[in-house]
Amino acid sequence: MSVLVFTENWDGKFKKMSFELVSYASKIAEMLNIQTVALSIGDVQEDELKKLGNYAADKIISVNNDKLKNLDNQAYTSVIAQVAEKEGAKVVIIAHNNTGKALAPRLSVKLKAGLGAGVSKLPLSLDPFTIFKKVYSGKAYSNLVIKSDIKILTLAQNSFEFEENIKSPAIESFEPALSDDLFKTTVSNVQKQTGKILLIDAEIVVSGGRGMKSGDNWSPIEELADLLGAATACSRPVSDEGWRPHEEHTGQTGKIIAPNLYIAAGISGAIQHLAGISSSKCIVAINTDKDAPIFEAADYGIIGDTAKVLPDFIQAVKEMK
Amino acid sequence: MKILICLSNVPDTTTKAKFVNDNTAFDTTGIQWIINPWDELALTRAIELKSDAANSIENITVITVGEKDAEPTMRKALAIGADDAVRIDAEPTDAYFVAAQIAEYLKSNPFDLIFNGIESADYNGSAVGGMLAEFLNIPSVSAVSAVNIENGQVKIKRDIDGGTEEVSSELPVVAIAQKGIAKEPMIAAMRGIMMARKKPLNVVAPVEIEALTGIVNFELPQPKPPCKMIEPDNVKELVNLLQNEAKVI
Ligand SMILES: Cc1cc2nc3c(=O)[nH]c(=O)nc-3n(C[C@H](O)[C@H](O)[C@H](O)COP(=O)(O)OP(=O)(O)OC[C@H]3O[C@@H](n4cnc5c(N)ncnc54)[C@H](O)[C@@H]3O)c2cc1C
Ligand SMILES: Cc1cc2nc3c(=O)[nH]c(=O)nc-3n(C[C@H](O)[C@H](O)[C@H](O)COP(=O)(O)OP(=O)(O)OC[C@H]3O[C@@H](n4cnc5c(N)ncnc54)[C@H](O)[C@@H]3O)c2cc1C
Repeated sequence: MSVLVFTENWDGKFKKMSFELVSYASKIAEMLNIQTVALSIGDVQEDELKKLGNYAADKIISVNNDKLKNLDNQAYTSVIAQVAEKEGAKVVIIAHNNTGKALAPRLSVKLKAGLGAGVSKLPLSLDPFTIFKKVYSGKAYSNLVIKSDIKILTLAQNSFEFEENIKSPAIESFEPALSDDLFKTTVSNVQKQTGKILLIDAEIVVSGGRGMKSGDNWSPIEELADLLGAATACSRPVSDEGWRPHEEHTGQTGKIIAPNLYIAAGISGAIQHLAGISSSKCIVAINTDKDAPIFEAADYGIIGDTAKVLPDFIQAVKEMK
Repeated sequence: MKILICLSNVPDTTTKAKFVNDNTAFDTTGIQWIINPWDELALTRAIELKSDAANSIENITVITVGEKDAEPTMRKALAIGADDAVRIDAEPTDAYFVAAQIAEYLKSNPFDLIFNGIESADYNGSAVGGMLAEFLNIPSVSAVSAVNIENGQVKIKRDIDGGTEEVSSELPVVAIAQKGIAKEPMIAAMRGIMMARKKPLNVVAPVEIEALTGIVNFELPQPKPPCKMIEPDNVKELVNLLQNEAKVI
């Protein structure tokens, strides 16, 4: 029996999220007194695979098959299900990101396993198997019982304090059965953002709203982001106006993020905006209006004009370094 | 081609969440119910596609698993431009239950292009679309930001973490929609509202299915400590606090 964790790699390298997942899975395995098995799909070298052992994976299963070069949800689901069966998985852990949201629900049906989507803590109890998750876009939480024998949990990003716990896992390669009728989609024209820190990966995010007045005023936001190693983001009207690209729109109908630090400049803090950022560990608000709702969500606030505060901010960060 | 939109009836996005019965049930007093924003955008895209005769779209149907109180929201979808609606008459107890009900209906009422939203504004499960596809053993494409039809072929653009991909798929397919699928939600015109009253809203009986999860109770977030205010001419102090108190830079 095992806790199975589905890891993702980008061009053969794992991101922090995968280590977070393995560490989380290993804690549940410990609670259940069973093994942690990590599954990797793709062309990942042994040295890289071994890194999963640093977060307490007992065993690593590597599937490397040309047919799986692109994400086909049906085929990937079948592979995870085959491994889950082989390893007697009791719990399957997947990231609550684009890929995870595509695969976990399919797997839930395939394994008849109840899904706890977007968990941010370890299960509160094992019998009944009770998890804690966000509902109403962060305006509330619920305690949810999963009644099926097998359980699937998707872990919200940057929600779990993971830690090193070094093991030397066996690495096993596995050839799944992949019949042609699993592949009903074809992928073409893959465009990848390069060079920039991705909003979903960023630990610090500097974000601007309509209070920035115009897309031409974004250089202090970009400069501050550069200095802090941060990604840039914006509110919805800013991307609707075309001041900033759509990938930067955060909130209920944009990206939902949980960085360590979110700096909101000229953002009023509408409930739909907060739905996308309220899981941030620390929120800083800069706004001329002392009654702006963003100050209710923020940890630190400055009542002031972004045109003056942002340059001072940049200066202060430069002096800090 | 026939298009189906799975429609979730949710509280307005500005709603403050409150609970009753020892925090085991959502307090529906005074709630405005709306079409889940993603489903509204998917419906908008479906209507745009239908308006181009070259796409040969015969029909746009919306389907909801819900009780009678979901009907006003479904009528809104008819007013915006869906041709007919189906309500599976059951309390939607979890995503697995909802998807299984819709799958059962689709076995005898097939569609070619099935839209779901990426996330419901209430339970935030991001689950029904993928589950539905697996029940039907058909492909699903998630995080969809554009859908076009070219020579009867469905062309989909999806977000991957850090980029985009174009995907073509066999039909039927479940497209799980997110930002970009349509620009602005379409609004019902007076004529649409009048016509919606006459459009069919069929109620079908649910099948027996057991949910795999159950909500024990709800909790409201802990109140946040008040925001620490820093003088606008002392940004240095803010940086100091971020570095040494919050330890985030
Ligand atoms: C269904 C639905 C979904 C939505 N989804 C989203 C979403 O995902 N994300 C999102 O962001 N919004 C979303 N919205 C819109 C949301 O309701 C707000 O309209 C939006 O977030 C406001 O953006 P803003 O804060 O940039 O602008 P505003 O609300 O106009 O706020 C601008 C702020 O800047 C301040 N300001 C002005 N000048 C200065 C200055 N010189 N220096 C400092 N501060 C200044 C003002 O005091 C004000 O607080 C959604 C709305 C709906 C109905
Ligand atoms: C009284 C009551 C009790 C409930 N108890 C539970 C519970 O114990 N556990 C639980 O998980 N949920 C419960 N729900 C929530 C409800 O069943 C949700 O509709 C269901 O869980 C799907 O939510 P989701 O967040 O997973 O949807 P998501 O998968 O996030 O929704 C994505 C998309 O799926 C489609 N969709 C979602 N719901 C429906 C629907 N009802 N009909 C048609 N299409 C739909 C829409 O296209 C939507 O955009 C309860 C609801 C009620 C009214």
